[in-house]
Parts: sequence; C-alpha cells; structure tokens
Amino acid sequence: MTFDRVDSRCDRGDESSQPAPILVLAWGNPSRGDDALGPLCLTALREQLPDRWQDRVEFLEDYQLQIEHALDLLGRKKVLLIDASRVCQAPFQVTELKPAPDASLTTHALSPQAVLQVFQDVQGEPPPPCTLLAIRGEAFELGEPPSMAALANLDCALAWAGQWLLKSS
Amino acid sequence: MTFALETAAHPEHLRRVAIDPVSRVEGHGKVTLLLDADNHIEQVRLHIVEFRGFEKFIEGRPYWEVPVMVQRLCGICPVSHHLAAAKAFDRVLGATPVSASATAVRRLMHYGQILQSHALHFFHLASPDLLFGFDSEVTRRNIVGVAQAHPEIARKGILLRKFGQEIIRITAGKRIHGTGAVPGGINKLVTLQERNSLQRDLPQMLAWAHDAVDIAKQLHAQNPALYKRFGSFKSKLMSLVRPDGAMDLYDGVLRVRDENGRILFDQIGDQRYLDLIEEEVRPWSYMKFPYLRSLGAQLGWYRVGPLARVQNCDFIPSPRAETERQAFIAWGQGEPVHATLAYHWARMIEMLHAVEVIAELLAEPALLSGDLVTSGVRQRHGVGVIEAPRGTLIHDYEVGDDDLVTRCNLIVSTTHNNQAMNEAVRAVARDDLDGQQLTEGLLNHIEVAIRAYDPCLSCATHALGRMPLEITLLAADGTVLDRVQRSSDVR
Repeated sequence: MTFDRVDSRCDRGDESSQPAPILVLAWGNPSRGDDALGPLCLTALREQLPDRWQDRVEFLEDYQLQIEHALDLLGRKKVLLIDASRVCQAPFQVTELKPAPDASLTTHALSPQAVLQVFQDVQGEPPPPCTLLAIRGEAFELGEPPSMAALANLDCALAWAGQWLLKSS
Repeated sequence: MTFALETAAHPEHLRRVAIDPVSRVEGHGKVTLLLDADNHIEQVRLHIVEFRGFEKFIEGRPYWEVPVMVQRLCGICPVSHHLAAAKAFDRVLGATPVSASATAVRRLMHYGQILQSHALHFFHLASPDLLFGFDSEVTRRNIVGVAQAHPEIARKGILLRKFGQEIIRITAGKRIHGTGAVPGGINKLVTLQERNSLQRDLPQMLAWAHDAVDIAKQLHAQNPALYKRFGSFKSKLMSLVRPDGAMDLYDGVLRVRDENGRILFDQIGDQRYLDLIEEEVRPWSYMKFPYLRSLGAQLGWYRVGPLARVQNCDFIPSPRAETERQAFIAWGQGEPVHATLAYHWARMIEMLHAVEVIAELLAEPALLSGDLVTSGVRQRHGVGVIEAPRGTLIHDYEVGDDDLVTRCNLIVSTTHNNQAMNEAVRAVARDDLDGQQLTEGLLNHIEVAIRAYDPCLSCATHALGRMPLEITLLAADGTVLDRVQRSSDVR
C-alpha cells in the first residue's frame, strides 16, 4: 500500500467511490457529560440532512482526534470539525483553522490545528478548508448526562451548523 | 509497607515539584518530587488523580449491554475492554468454547487492536523522545516535529495504525462503538471482499512492522549504556501465555516469572486470578496496587505488558517475531531485560507478531463462514482475561437471575504496573535528577519513563483545552515559587 492510495474510501470498504466532498468530523466520549456535545451535534445534523445531499456529506465520529484523521481530510472540499470546549465563549465559537503544531507535549489527542499540520507535512500540500465549531461545555463527569446549559448551547450551535451545511452543500 | 523514596522521613522541610498532569499518556496523572535544599530527591510518587468509578457505572445494567458500554472506558483500547467483557459473559452463558468463527473474528479484532495501539504509541507518543532526545527542544518534541523531520517514519506510523483500525472496523462493525463481539460469540462474519482488501495490504504492513523493530533495535545499539541504564530495576513479570508456553495475547493461562527469569507460577486459569492476585489501597493514590497474594505487597509486585510478555513466553509462534524475540533475549546476556526503555523494543516485536497473526487469521475459512454464537449452562459468574496492548486486563462480573450485573471488578493493565511505574520514576529521579538543578528537559526524563509503560490512567475525556502540562515548584510552606503551564488548546 502506498500513502497516495490511502483515502477515506477504505473506511467505507468501497474502492470505486470518491470521498464525499463535505466531511463533518465530531469527537468526544458520550459517557462523559458535556464531552458528548460533538457526537450529539453530529447525530442531529445527520438526521436533518436532506436525502438529496446524502452523497455529498460524510459524517465521522470518534473519541478523540488522532493523527490518522489527517487521512480523512483527503479529497474533501470543506470540512467541519465539532468538539466540546471548556474554554470557548458560550454558546459556541467558530474558527477557520490553519495548520499549526501543538504548543504542548500532548499528542495522544491532537489539536485540530495539529491534524491539519500533519496533513500538510505528509501530503506536501495545504489541507482543505477546515472550520472548527467549538461548543461550550461545563461538566465532563463519567456517567453523567450532558448539562442543561450545554444542551442549550448545542441548540444554538446546531442552528449555525445547519446553515453551514446548507451553504456548503 | 516501605519502598525506597516512596515516603520521605521529614517532608515538612522539603521542596515540592509537581508534574501535573503527565503529558502524552492516556488520562491524568501527577508526579510529585520532594527535594531538600541541595536538590537531593527524598520522595517520589506517581499519583493517579482521577477516580474511575466505572464499576458502579456497570452495576445494574443488563449483561448483554456491557461489552458495548465498556468501550467507553478508553479512547485508545476500547476493543480490549469489549473483548474482555465478551469473554467474561461467554462464561456466564456457558459458551465455552465459542465457535471457531467467533474465535477467529475476535482474534482478528484483537490483533488489529494490538497493531493500531502499538503503532500509535511507538510512532506518535514515544518517537519524539527517542528520535530527538529527552532534552531536545520542547516545541519540536511531538508528533508534528516527527512528521516534519522524518516524514517517512510518520507515514508508516499513520498507515500501520490505519490498517489496524480498518481491521477493527471490519470485525467490530464500526470504527468506534463496535458491536462485533457479543456474549457467546459474534454478530457478524468477515466478507470475502473485506478479507481480500485486508490481504492486499499485508505485505507492506509486514515490511513496515519489521522496519519498526529495526528502528527500536538500532536505538538500543546506538546508545546501549542509556538504554540499559535508564529507569532500570528488577521486577517479577506476569502475563497470559498459551498452555504450551507460547505467546498468546487473546487467551491462555497466567504465568509469573521472578526477577531472575525463573517461573514462579504457571498454568493459573483465568477464572482463578484471585488465587494469584490481591490489591492494596494506599492513601495517596486513587489507583490500587496489585501484588501476588502469596508473596505479599512488599515482594509480590510485578510488571505486565510487552516487556513482560516477550520474556514470559517460551516462544512466539510466528517466525519473524520469534527471530526478533531471540535477538531481544540475547541483549540480556543470560539475564532478563529489566530496562524501562526496552518496553519500546518489546512492543515493536509484538507489533510484528500481530501482523503475522493477522496474516494467518485472514487465511482461515472460519473467518468467512460458520456459527456466530453458542451457549451452554448458565452461570452467575464469569471472568474474562486478555492481554491488552498495555498488559493483562481482567474483567470480572456477577449476573443475577434477572440478567442484571450485580457486581463488577476491573483490573486494567496500568493498575498492574502501578508499583512498577513508581519504581521507574524513582529510578530516574535517583539516577538522573538527584542533586541537579531541575529543568524542563530533566523533568521530561520522568515522563519518558512513565510513557514507556504506555499507561492509560483514565477514560478518555478530551474536550478542547483539557490537557495542560503543569510544573509547579512549591516551597516547604506551600508557597508557589514557580509555575509553568502549556496547553494543547492553541486558540
């Protein structure tokens, strides 16, 4: 296998199709209170997606960002990344991402910017346009449901993300 | 109970340094060092600062939900928890053995998990330290730095991990939250198309896994003094082995070797793990300290994981990995290898073995057809033991007549290594830090030792801005003298 051959097609086990031009990638642990915000947003977006756009949008969910997510960006026209955040402004914050190495030693869960940087380093080209939707969360305890404040933030973020998909698709 | 450097005689007069939390490990940990006025180490502890409580989360749930639920314990090795739970509930259902197809699919899933986790650890967590040096420029000492300086190594790491995850997706049904293993068997087979797609990439994966062993071996050869000395201490070694003594990471019997490599305990069936192991609580850590019951806590602690497994088995039942195991054993010159950094070499030997096993399993007809589930006489109790990437993982459940879990006990790999990680940190503190003016590079030596164990300290919560590294220097009266913090949140 060569690196050039690797793209998101292998995730779907379908060698003949091209990756969907729009990728929505959300991460978080659904059993950890407001850490579920990313997956919850993704699920709601998927349910709202009109049938005619099904081939144009791919939804991916994971526990945490990792280096192989750089491969999920291959062949995309636009990417929306969604995560819970302890530090963003409520109800949510939108950032157009640029590649950048992490400022910390932490690489077991990369920052979105670092994933873009890895894409650029291993592909030798800029990543596709990537937008980060950070939804404000407050409590991340094991076994707890999302907090009421976080769910209210999610509603606002979802409205914005729906519009983003509408414009992008 | 007394271990050297665990508890200072007069802590009130000492200076405290905290590394909080340890970076590039799963979950949250904290290291505290107590130093005297001349920077001599008086006390070193690795604290686990997050309480798990996952057992309570499980109790009261229907047993058939548990193999899926427990995947949320960890973002890096969910498959290990998935399979350990499924194996335990096989016992509850009396489904022992499960069908040939269930065994083949589960083994494939497990070795795919070993492959992806080991690749992640070596290429992405450990390689920045190993390739650039423990004291190298901190902004470069991360995976992005590796990708820039060694793009080919970074690519191999990504693609080996991707291949392992593709195996998980195919066998578990989904990339995460898979449901492939169920109590009593599996819920899907592998299709011919899926099998063929994996087989096509095997030669390349085998070559890259071999390259990774060579990198680890070369690192040892280039600096044998460092690799033999750093964080080295003697310990007992525990793991599952196949009943004939072969390495087996999915199933087997428990074996323990002593510090000199002699077999202390062998052929201990997984349902009898409590005959072998007991756990101790210490007031300064949430993580328990397991030990061999018959030897007591002072003498009975041990190590698990790749370093233990590669030396605990009599042989690895795949030719390339066995050749590499023999080279590893020869490195010890007749003695067990106890060096902390040797975990990396052993881990890569296991990764090579995983690819070889995957190749064998993909050729098995049972992968494509056969019975999915079996059942037998219902039991109230079941234990599932598996060798997870980080070491021995034990799931122990009791189930009521109403099918609800009434009791749950989990001993995760990192818990087995609790005392060993503390010993590694103390060895580094004693050998590398004692009497020195502390710098970020020197403190990273502590983290290098912890990271070699690939610890997973808690479940995965990774919201943005959640994983800072904080180093705090405190005076004896608690006054903060200095504090440095970096965060993964770069916005």
